[in-house]
Amino acid sequence: MTALSDLVFKTMATQAFRLAAASAAAFLVVSALIVGTLFWQTNTLLTDHVVDELRGEAAELAREATGSDPVAFAERIRLRSLTTGSSLYFLSDSAGKKLAGNLRSVPPEIADSRTGGVIRFERDGDPLGIERTGVAIPVTVGSSQRLFIGRDIEEQLALAARIKRTFLWGFGALAFAAVIAGIAVGRSVLHRIETINATTRSIMAGDLSRRIPVKGSNDELDELAQSLNGMLDRIEQLMNGLREVSDNIAHDLKTPLNRLRNSAEAALRDSRGEEAYREGLEATIEKADDLIKTFNALLLIARLEAGVVEESAEEFDLGRLVCDVAELYEPVAEEAGLALTIEAEDGIRIRANRQLVGQAVANLADNAIKYSAQTARGPAPAVVSVKAGRNGASAQFSVADRGPGIDAKDRDRALRRFVRLEKSRTQPGTGLGLSLVAAVARLHHGAVRLEDNDPGLRVVVTLPLAAQTN
Amino acid sequence: MRGWAASMYFNWDEAGAAMVLADVLEARRTMRVLVIEDDRETAHFLQKSLKESGHSADVAGDGETGLEMAQSNTYDILIIDRMLPRLDGLTVVKTLRTEGDRTPVLILSALGDVDDRVKGLRAGGDDYLTKPYAYTELLARIEALARRAVPEEQETRYAVGDLVLDRLSHRVTRAGEPIQLQPREYRLLEYLMKNAGQVVTRTMLLENVWDYHFDPQTNVIDVHVSRLRSKIDKGFDRPLLHTVRGAGYMVRDGAV
Repeated sequence: MTALSDLVFKTMATQAFRLAAASAAAFLVVSALIVGTLFWQTNTLLTDHVVDELRGEAAELAREATGSDPVAFAERIRLRSLTTGSSLYFLSDSAGKKLAGNLRSVPPEIADSRTGGVIRFERDGDPLGIERTGVAIPVTVGSSQRLFIGRDIEEQLALAARIKRTFLWGFGALAFAAVIAGIAVGRSVLHRIETINATTRSIMAGDLSRRIPVKGSNDELDELAQSLNGMLDRIEQLMNGLREVSDNIAHDLKTPLNRLRNSAEAALRDSRGEEAYREGLEATIEKADDLIKTFNALLLIARLEAGVVEESAEEFDLGRLVCDVAELYEPVAEEAGLALTIEAEDGIRIRANRQLVGQAVANLADNAIKYSAQTARGPAPAVVSVKAGRNGASAQFSVADRGPGIDAKDRDRALRRFVRLEKSRTQPGTGLGLSLVAAVARLHHGAVRLEDNDPGLRVVVTLPLAAQTN
Repeated sequence: MRGWAASMYFNWDEAGAAMVLADVLEARRTMRVLVIEDDRETAHFLQKSLKESGHSADVAGDGETGLEMAQSNTYDILIIDRMLPRLDGLTVVKTLRTEGDRTPVLILSALGDVDDRVKGLRAGGDDYLTKPYAYTELLARIEALARRAVPEEQETRYAVGDLVLDRLSHRVTRAGEPIQLQPREYRLLEYLMKNAGQVVTRTMLLENVWDYHFDPQTNVIDVHVSRLRSKIDKGFDRPLLHTVRGAGYMVRDGAV
């Protein structure tokens, strides 16, 4: 019982039920008005017809009475009364004695009336003496006689009653249907919202993988569920990203921090004294510098991902910048036994932060040299190829190496912050180089693509060309 | 003071980097520095280090005090933190500049935003250093700044020992012998010679010779400097391009 009343209460408390109830009420009021009007109209029509007929006959009889002898007139009324039908007559002399007619007596309701009205009557010849309903009016037929004519309206009344009953039943059925529909809609909406609620609660409790079921009916609630699911997907993605980043921060910052601490400790324990302290301090500073580098790169990426660089954006020639930066690395490549080739088109104007794009080129060149150096001992000198050019409506630069490359399945991951593929974990570096490149590209509405250089890796960065200005 | 250059270049391990640096710095002209920094420990560290480097330093703990001190005293250089209580660093710089004070300013900042450097320089700062920084970097920069502030006639010729760089003809000679340099090598040498006798850090070279304000990952600068060195010092008894360990490079004729 409590469960049921609970459900009823809950259903009644829903917005959907309230809406359904309100619309049902409005519907009922309107249909009551329509039904009432119809009934009233029908009734009036029926009554008016009877009354009009009566008046016509009254006028006719009044005319006949003025020109004829009272006995003959009484005879005429008597004849009329004999015809079966709904017509009623009662003719009396001035003393009230019945002269002719099919009514047993003067209906008391209209005995003194000048306009007539509804009467209860018994027919003169009716052996059962059933009381019936009719309407009657007085007719002026001279001073010696009194005439009432009327109509039996029992049939009209029965018709009206049937119409009324039909209307009332219809109205009742409508009201019932409206209430049932309201409750049904309320319950189904309530049920689906309850599902959304339950899912949300379990997500809040920590199960981020839960999703709200979609019915597939493409209605508003489905749309809501889909939007919420989309939002949950995004949140889960961000949470995973965050977790991955913190895991990697833990690894990439904790390890060097630990090494730093170890070297300081070792120096302190060293019995050689001052010389050992000095060496230890130098090593400590060096390690701290590496940490700072990692930290700065991390901050920079975070800021790039958050921000805009309108203030420091300038228009410049991408080809020249790429050449410049590549030239900076040329001697480094040469020392590593690599050949560094540069090809750049002229006049590729882009609008960007020159320092950041330079940093991106530098990171790619540095990576390419670092990873090619391992394989540089082959017969032919490995080549690091740096190119800048146009690709349709975009500017593009690429750095390709002959290093170990990155497997197709790892390429997406490699662009993410802090991800260092297992192979390269042992390599020096912050592990942020590629992610910084990706962040720079994203900031400038560009993109980074990792391709197979067969063998090796080619990183292609596309950036929008500067808008044509005169 | 005798033999300091030799010890700097050849006898690293015996002399020790810090000692050598101290020797080098002792030979400098003394600067009067105002440090506007709200972190007491940092301020104290700077004051102590600058004193050890042969300079004198005053400290102001907030922007208002710093501005007053800068207005009422004459300093060779101002080191201003960006985030200061009462009056922020950029406003201090702007105020000084609108008053016509051209004292060189080095802005320190814990922020490292892409636009921060631009904002700092636009406010009137002469150089910008992001925390955390190495003291040697800061020292090299303020010394370069202080030197730049001294009005000098546009020199057309730099000479260190027997190494001569002619800025008009872009010719470089050592002991009268012409040396062929790539354009970039020429600019590298030009910058080093312009700051002859002073430590120039790798970052300063990257910023001033290449105009890059980013971390080049590897020590690319070292490779470029060693190439330059092989061209100007190879075959000569007296090296002129010295590595200052833990700091950077310096062009100096040891005997001067």
